[in-house]
Amino acid sequence: MIRTIDVHKSFNEQEVLKGVTTEFFPGKTNLIIGRSGAGKTVLLKILVGLVTPTTGDIFYGDVNFSQLNKKEMRAIRMKVGMLFQGSALFDSMSVEENIRFPLDMFTSMTWKEKAMQVDSCLERVSLGQVHKKYPSEISGGMQKRVGIARAIVLNPEYLFCDEPNSGLDPKTAIVIDELIRDITIDKNITTVINTHDMNSVMEIGDNIVLIHEGKLAWRGDKSQVLESTNDTLQQFIFASPFLQRLRAAALERSQEG
Amino acid sequence: MISRQLYHFGRYLMMMGTALARPERTYMYYKETTRQMNDIGIGSLVIVILISLFIGAVTAVQFSYQLDGTLVPLYYIGYIVRDSTIIELAPTITCLVLAGKVGSNMSSEIGGMRQKEHIDAMEIMGVNTAGYLVLPKIIAALVVIPLLVAIAAFVSVIGGYLAMVLTGSLSHNDYIMGVRSFFKDGNVTMMFVKAIVFAFILTSVSCYQGYYVKGGSIELGKASTNAVVFSDILILLADYLIASILT
Ligand SMILES: Nc1ncnc2c1ncn2[C@@H]1O[C@H](COP(=O)(O)OP(=O)(O)O)[C@@H](O)[C@H]1O
Ligand SMILES: [Mg+2]
Repeated sequence: MIRTIDVHKSFNEQEVLKGVTTEFFPGKTNLIIGRSGAGKTVLLKILVGLVTPTTGDIFYGDVNFSQLNKKEMRAIRMKVGMLFQGSALFDSMSVEENIRFPLDMFTSMTWKEKAMQVDSCLERVSLGQVHKKYPSEISGGMQKRVGIARAIVLNPEYLFCDEPNSGLDPKTAIVIDELIRDITIDKNITTVINTHDMNSVMEIGDNIVLIHEGKLAWRGDKSQVLESTNDTLQQFIFASPFLQRLRAAALERSQEG
Repeated sequence: MISRQLYHFGRYLMMMGTALARPERTYMYYKETTRQMNDIGIGSLVIVILISLFIGAVTAVQFSYQLDGTLVPLYYIGYIVRDSTIIELAPTITCLVLAGKVGSNMSSEIGGMRQKEHIDAMEIMGVNTAGYLVLPKIIAALVVIPLLVAIAAFVSVIGGYLAMVLTGSLSHNDYIMGVRSFFKDGNVTMMFVKAIVFAFILTSVSCYQGYYVKGGSIELGKASTNAVVFSDILILLADYLIASILT
């Protein structure tokens, strides 16, 4: 489990996070949602230690992440996988080399064991014969899959995804969401996903954290979204008139039934 | 103004301190080092040869003009070309050129990785990115650039020969006699000291500029310009210091 306690972050004068206290659970797809610029990426980067909070603490289990030295932090990071918004695949390496990179760097596996691990990760993300292709030669959806494969190759306990379905068509986006959810359940890992995608919220939102104006505005799961009377949440989720009409219709029907 | 320079200097020292940590896996660093050696060495060979050929030729032509009508024997031209290239021109000009070629390349490669979150991705895996991205480049440069400088010095002497002997300004025997006169091996030592120091400056400064890049393509361009400008200034400063200390 990951806990954040009163996390603040300012850049120069701009206060992006104004005290966020929340929890993320193992075996669940935890979502951080909010408008563009709400500070989702900043919060995610604080969780993994790429950005240091101005004040506040992050706990991984009982370990206070913010008080670790560089070496201890690296040890925790061995248990962390992350999918970046732009996939962040190394363009000088092939797909296979990208996924193998953490194995090459941190394990003393034989060449054969590594090849098997790479194959099983590629299979896990439903990618076939793309081993020798370079990141620029595959589609955006495939890049995300490779990014996920690389993130899980060391069997992490924590998986972070920054907008995993941005830039993808709705269908591919859902497939990627389901893939992340299945991996989360299979391996019982703590997954934290940044998103502003409504489909993701309604499909895989086990624990949803809404960030608005630097603060935690709402927390709950997907089944509580429709009934919630929280204004900020309703404005965020049902942003378009079309969705507002859908919601009204759905509520009406549930009252009748 | 001064505090800005101090800030950069401090951050540079911190990056270098982290870069010198023990590698996670020596083989990966070794592989990256050989790739860099190839890039720096083979990639720069042609331009270094071309430039040194002309530098040797120009030095010879200039000195033969200045010595014209004096009592200094003409064979001195060979001697002067040899020593001025070994002591000063080969290391300095080669490294100034390499700062423009290799240095700007390194800073935009690392800077691009920073902007596309590749560095963040490596950090998350637990890689010491300052180490993995900087150390192999520095080691490769420390090995390869002195070799390039030695080649540059040798080629410059040939350049001087071609400019003198082919045009008939000086006989083959006179030039060779000059090249073989008054040889001091201390000068060669000085050449290698300069080459090593300059190589260190140009790679570490360029990596620094790339490693802390922010923003977008404009900043990336600026970083690569800064890499060249600061490397050049520091190389010339170091050149002066080494010359004062070693002579
Ligand atoms: N390194 C940084 N320096 C200055 N400002 C930043 C930095 N990172 C993010 N910000 C600011 O923080 C705010 C939130 O950004 P971000 O977390 O990327 O939003 P999003 O919720 O869309 O992911 C933005 O206004 C952005 O300008
Ligand atoms: Mg973002």
